[in-house]
Amino acid sequence: MNPSTRPSSTSDTLTNDNIVIRTENVSIFYGAFQAVRNVFLDVPKHNVVALIGPSGCGKSTLLRCYNRLNDLIPGARVEGKISYQGVDLYDPKIDPVEVRRRIGMVFQKANPFPKSIYENVAFGARINGFKGNMDELVERSLRGAALWDEVKDKLKESGLSLSGGQQQRLCIARTIAIEPEVILMDEPCSALDPISTLRVEDLMHELKKRFTIIIVTHNMQQASRVADMTAFFNAEATEGGSRFGYLVEYDKTYNIFNSPKQQATQDYVSGRFG
Amino acid sequence: MAHSSSQSDPLANQFAVSSKRKLFGNLMTALVFACVVIAAIPLLSILFMVITKGLAGLSPAVFTDLPPAAGVSGGGFRNAIIGTLLTCLIGALVSVPFGVLTAVYTIEFGRGNRLSQFVSFCTNILSGVPSIIAGLFAYGVVVLTTGSFSAVAGGIALSVLMLPIIIRTAEEGFKSIPRDTRLGAVGIGATNFQSVTQIILPAAMPFIATGVTLALARAAGETAPLLFTALFNQYDAKSIWEPTATLSVLIYNFAISPYKNQQALAWVAALIVVCLILVVSILARIVSRRKVY
Repeated sequence: MNPSTRPSSTSDTLTNDNIVIRTENVSIFYGAFQAVRNVFLDVPKHNVVALIGPSGCGKSTLLRCYNRLNDLIPGARVEGKISYQGVDLYDPKIDPVEVRRRIGMVFQKANPFPKSIYENVAFGARINGFKGNMDELVERSLRGAALWDEVKDKLKESGLSLSGGQQQRLCIARTIAIEPEVILMDEPCSALDPISTLRVEDLMHELKKRFTIIIVTHNMQQASRVADMTAFFNAEATEGGSRFGYLVEYDKTYNIFNSPKQQATQDYVSGRFG
Repeated sequence: MAHSSSQSDPLANQFAVSSKRKLFGNLMTALVFACVVIAAIPLLSILFMVITKGLAGLSPAVFTDLPPAAGVSGGGFRNAIIGTLLTCLIGALVSVPFGVLTAVYTIEFGRGNRLSQFVSFCTNILSGVPSIIAGLFAYGVVVLTTGSFSAVAGGIALSVLMLPIIIRTAEEGFKSIPRDTRLGAVGIGATNFQSVTQIILPAAMPFIATGVTLALARAAGETAPLLFTALFNQYDAKSIWEPTATLSVLIYNFAISPYKNQQALAWVAALIVVCLILVVSILARIVSRRKVY
């Protein structure tokens, strides 16, 4: 297929009012190399949107553009327009730090700070100038991440002393504590065992009542379990031998997995490649 | 079963060590062991000399009295103990902020760029600079401009020697922190300042503390850079801008003096310097064990 054509996003849930993030004709470059080509993708409020696709299709790269984390990579450049509630995130006047406070991120590998469990959660709130009751916020955030009962008696212990699954939920609690509007998750369960994965997935169902979630995942079952909307990305080789990623299809998760419009999507979700 | 190439020896015989090879192995083991013993002799004999001769002259007066004049008995070197602590403290106060902030730049913000490579190159050269050159530098910069030998001049000479040690260990500390931890801080809206001061520096603190103690241990024993910066003082220095006695310069002065009492005091001072360095080195070991990553 021609990757530059606009994929059909035919969903009746997508009205202008409830769209939080709008991605219009976005291409992402690393130096001269084009990693992602011409993506159109609108994220509705209080939805979980899953980005799936084979390795190298640019889904993580795109995710990191939503809170300007790619700014940290020298030579990374975004073309097109990404807007958050109507504000162009790449406007020169925009402070990336402010963007990241509204659009928080949970990473692939749990990365708690080398601080106590309490301080891990309080850190984000504190740097955001939180003035209220910190104990209460920490408890609320840990409850929100379904971790409170396991750690309430050892809040002073290091965050690094927790198990992998607990660490990842601590990172989610840390992100909730800054009260963002959107949470980006970059393969949050790829390093977790099935039980921890299930807990994080359950958590996402809870979290989407308060937040909008964009999740990158390699696990198609996970996408079908947690996501309301799913975007399938594919990678294609150029003449030069390098690969670029593009959005193939974006639709309700049910449609992507049961009646995809594109052959490539059909092949991927049925496990024929990728 | 015998192997095809050899005769009818049992298999075990083929694997047996030949007596020639066994002899060679034993000889080499003996040689290596002898080298270890020879290498340990200077260290152990120095320690033995310092401890026996130092303990012989050790008395409470050493810590409370001023250095004796030529030919006078008794006395101590309280001013030199204070002077050593003072010059080392000034050295640390100058070198720690510069060293740590340099490492913050080279690792956190300029990793791999031209400037940070240049800084690393300079750090390498600085760590190889003879200590007397550091003294010369402080003499030119501080002594000549202020018009006086002083503890400040000595401290700055020492800081030049401490700087590369602190930069190097702080860099190691920052390198030990996973990239993901930095992204975690930035990903929830921390500014560079917040992530460096609240996440990176605390995590690297054991490394930095180790570097500072190692640098102090090095500085405490230095004589050459202090000879013409802090100089010496028979009495207590009234301020950090006056010539100041230090243990190492006191050892130098008294060891070459013809008077028995002063020579004995030099041994006591040597013992105290060795103990100081020992304590600081042990401290470095203890703090470096509390690593976060």
